[in-house]
Amino acid sequence: MSTEREIAVDYLARVEGEGAMYLKLRGEVVEDLKFKIFEPPRFFEAFLRGRRFSEAPDITARICGICPIAYQTSACNAMEQAAGVEISGGLRDLRRLIYCGEWIESHALHVFFLHAPDFLGYDSAIAMASDFPDRVQMGLRLKRIGNRIMSVLGGREIHPINIRVGGFYRTPTNTELDALVPELEWAVDAATETARWVAGFPFPDFERDYEFVALRHPEEYAIQQGRIASNRGLDISVEDWSEHFEESHVDWSNALHARLKTGGSYHVGPMARYALNSDRLTPRAREVADEVGLGQVCTNPFRSIVVRVIEILFACEEALRLIGGYERPAEPYLDVEPRHAVGFGASEAPRGLLYHRYVIDGDGAISEAQIVPPTSQNQLSIEDDLRAYVVGRTRLPDAALQWQLEQAIRSYDPCISCATHFLDLTVDRG
Amino acid sequence: MRRLVIGIGNPDRGDDAAGIEVARRLRSTESSELVNGSFELIDIWAEADEVIVVDAARSGAPPGTIHSIMADKEPVPVGLLSTSTHSVGVAETVELARSLGRLPSRLLIYGIEVAEVGLGEGLSREVERAVDKLVKVIDDA
Repeated sequence: MSTEREIAVDYLARVEGEGAMYLKLRGEVVEDLKFKIFEPPRFFEAFLRGRRFSEAPDITARICGICPIAYQTSACNAMEQAAGVEISGGLRDLRRLIYCGEWIESHALHVFFLHAPDFLGYDSAIAMASDFPDRVQMGLRLKRIGNRIMSVLGGREIHPINIRVGGFYRTPTNTELDALVPELEWAVDAATETARWVAGFPFPDFERDYEFVALRHPEEYAIQQGRIASNRGLDISVEDWSEHFEESHVDWSNALHARLKTGGSYHVGPMARYALNSDRLTPRAREVADEVGLGQVCTNPFRSIVVRVIEILFACEEALRLIGGYERPAEPYLDVEPRHAVGFGASEAPRGLLYHRYVIDGDGAISEAQIVPPTSQNQLSIEDDLRAYVVGRTRLPDAALQWQLEQAIRSYDPCISCATHFLDLTVDRG
Repeated sequence: MRRLVIGIGNPDRGDDAAGIEVARRLRSTESSELVNGSFELIDIWAEADEVIVVDAARSGAPPGTIHSIMADKEPVPVGLLSTSTHSVGVAETVELARSLGRLPSRLLIYGIEVAEVGLGEGLSREVERAVDKLVKVIDDA
């Protein structure tokens, strides 16, 4: 007779926001498995309606305290596209630079404080700090560099206020940016050392054949703009998102599930970006990735920690390049005149593709908004990972299995607060 | 000797602003403000000898109650101070700094028990009184 086992984690630790996991096993068979998001819905799309197009960057920035730049950038991209304006030169460089700051800050937090403890057997970074003080100090310093870039360009590090449709309210001087250089130079070496450190962690033997979806750009490692591409041949402009992807509601999550219309889950985030763009890394980031054995594609979600560190290294080098070539633009922003149009914007949030779509009326008011954050898109992939991971490991004791499944979820650095921004909750009363 | 007061809170969430209100009203003490009590605290207090952190508390005590913790000597009780879904809180940051040997030589934490932390500005009457009282205590010390 097969035995029935349940593993329930009611409150996931070291993720942003409130989520849970439920697994029901009958013998070797997974009867039920759910990655649950119970953080309350936050109705952002509803309260954008009727607001000015120019308010979208500031309103959507409030969705997340970790990745506000991603929201501001995707919203600006959408509004500028709707108005037929394209920013270039120094303004474009600044937008990319502040985004590098957000990647550094967000990835450093995840790598050192949320994810590394999993591999070293600690339940928190605090417990890890007494045995690895130098590593934790390094993590704090790296995170601070990201925060400083965000403060210098954004006015403050949490919910920056200096970004606007068309550019910035005020552009930084060369002197202000040059002051960031010494710490960034230190960070390039620190990230290199960190890559070697995390690459030696004990990773479970687990690979999955993902459909990776990320932005791709002809000249650069895509961050703040690009076309939407996948490793299975998808290559579309951002405005065609809804032709290829769809969102649906499931009763165990307050975040909409996104899937490919051709069926099935897809994976967004550092591993997807890396798989599609690793040829666009800086030579040093490419070299370190090779040295630590990452190859051109990484399909083990637990090893995403190594990919994040490579992206920290890349973002530091890219920030140095952008600062080195910076010439303060003549004007801090371009005038953007609204017109009746639909605007589409996407960028690569630290956790993956962030898609925005707005309908703007002739007066510049928003009449419809759709925001699809990375964690919503990854929910199905997370559940598929967990289901696949359990196969062959059902004999593990509950505690060990639970610990490893939680780790698998944390590999995605899920931001549940972002995911529950959505429009309305459908209550099925049968 | 440098003395620094750090007020923590979200000015748009009612009584959650108690900590930053204290920091803003102080007359004779250097102060700074933070939205949440995350790792930045460790850098902010790095150059100070005596640090006072003021944050909102939610322990179930009557609104306006002022809790005080000598954090350089004792751990911050889990669940006393407010936390953010996006970030680590004061308690975690203090314990991290303790592990790293980066606590100020004197660290006093005040938690002001909140009544209302819904969206919107303004303090409840109980918290307003507690803020005034704490400002006097800190300024006169």
